[in-house]
Amino acid sequence: MLIGILALQGAFREHQWSFEKLGASTRQIRKPGELDGIDALVIPGGESTTMGKLLNDFDLMEPIKLMAKQGLPIFGTCAGLIMLAKRIRNSQQQTLALMDIEVERNAFGRQVESFEFNLDIPVLGKEPYNAVFIRAPYITEVDTGVEVLAHYGEKIVCARQGRFLVAAFHPELTGDLRIHKYFVEQVTNISN
Amino acid sequence: MSENVAEKGTWTVKKGLAEMLKGGVIMDVTTPEQAKIAEEAGACAVMALERVPADIRAAGGVARMADPTVILRIMEAVTIPVMAKARIGHFVEAQILEALGVDYIDESEVLTPADEQHHINKHEFKVPFVCGARNLGEALRRIAEGAAMIRTKGEPGTGNVVEAVRHMRMVMGEIRRIQNMPKEELMSVAKELGAPYHLLLEVAETGKLPVVNFAAGGIATPADAALMMQLGCDGIFVGSGIFKSKDPQARAKAIVAATTHYQDPQILAEISRNLGEAMPGLEISSIMPEQRMQDRGW
Repeated sequence: MLIGILALQGAFREHQWSFEKLGASTRQIRKPGELDGIDALVIPGGESTTMGKLLNDFDLMEPIKLMAKQGLPIFGTCAGLIMLAKRIRNSQQQTLALMDIEVERNAFGRQVESFEFNLDIPVLGKEPYNAVFIRAPYITEVDTGVEVLAHYGEKIVCARQGRFLVAAFHPELTGDLRIHKYFVEQVTNISN
Repeated sequence: MSENVAEKGTWTVKKGLAEMLKGGVIMDVTTPEQAKIAEEAGACAVMALERVPADIRAAGGVARMADPTVILRIMEAVTIPVMAKARIGHFVEAQILEALGVDYIDESEVLTPADEQHHINKHEFKVPFVCGARNLGEALRRIAEGAAMIRTKGEPGTGNVVEAVRHMRMVMGEIRRIQNMPKEELMSVAKELGAPYHLLLEVAETGKLPVVNFAAGGIATPADAALMMQLGCDGIFVGSGIFKSKDPQARAKAIVAATTHYQDPQILAEISRNLGEAMPGLEISSIMPEQRMQDRGW
């Protein structure tokens, strides 16, 4: 399995290391040609404004949308979650608009409000997940067809819609590979 | 974590924001309008200032933390992270910046130091800090004090990349050197570099700094940014280089693209065209030794 890691900006190397530990091959993606032959795509944490602009400037937005519609599995964390959402509250920001969710950016406040929390994610088992939220977004609304995988209080912070998986926190910053494993084993394999 | 409560201001969270800025460009801005231009160009964060380093250098006198009004207006103008500078050792300026809610504090040699012996104890803050360094020992001393991000000092406000290159090569060279050493030699290296031993051990084992390392101080062109990235830094600070150039919008966008595509000469050639004049540069030897900002910090 070859996993493409969007490498325009952000914590792409950490995702790459996580997947390589699981035995997957990876490729950094900065140009449309580099998308050829990948089996899945990861959109890492970073600055979503920056990432959105670079996706447009380097002609990656349309090819990724097209591949997603043809079944490419995509995993987005933090900024990646924003890039996958169809709607962003109080913003005209351009995204890939693939998941039927509404997102609020910087929803917990500025950096001094960033936090760690032991999150319950039932699909990963009983052991809580050390989730790192950095100027994080959360999901304010989901349409039918979206499966909510975790809440922080009332707020939705992890969800899945078919081949798309999103987390508001940063699994790439902790050593816990369960979400990466879940993506590889459960999300990318739904046709098998 | 024994109880299940949200923990704020942890080392992971402080270091984590810097991880999210990697591969990006942090731009000095002095007005909300400039902040918007930076955000529109794809900056991953802005540094809110009253004056860019080139103007601080020209004005002389004592350079202090920016007026909170300026910082707050910039925070209101953009949704990307906003950083601000405090003087070396001036922990009250840092307390004020934390109270304002800035996302990162730069304890910076660009401002006039407030303490000629001690830096801020950065562990005491919830807000993360970035500090400048010219070599591995200096970088590790700052990290031991709590800096969650490091940048080269370079020579700010000059538009001359030579000092940033010197400092990046120095840090990377020292890392390569200690990686090849038997463990018993590291204690005397720690003494020689003035580096905390436990951090030096960590660097020898991992082959990299424990935190994100950006380049700063003299970057003026897309080629400068790509050069620093190829030398091994994680991202770029541009101070005077953008808003002291003829066409800040175009230059800002090109430097962002160069930081992403730093290994691709075709793209670098494309984006380096038609940018108008870069900021006027300064030869380092023309700066009096006592006016070199890089020598500030202990």
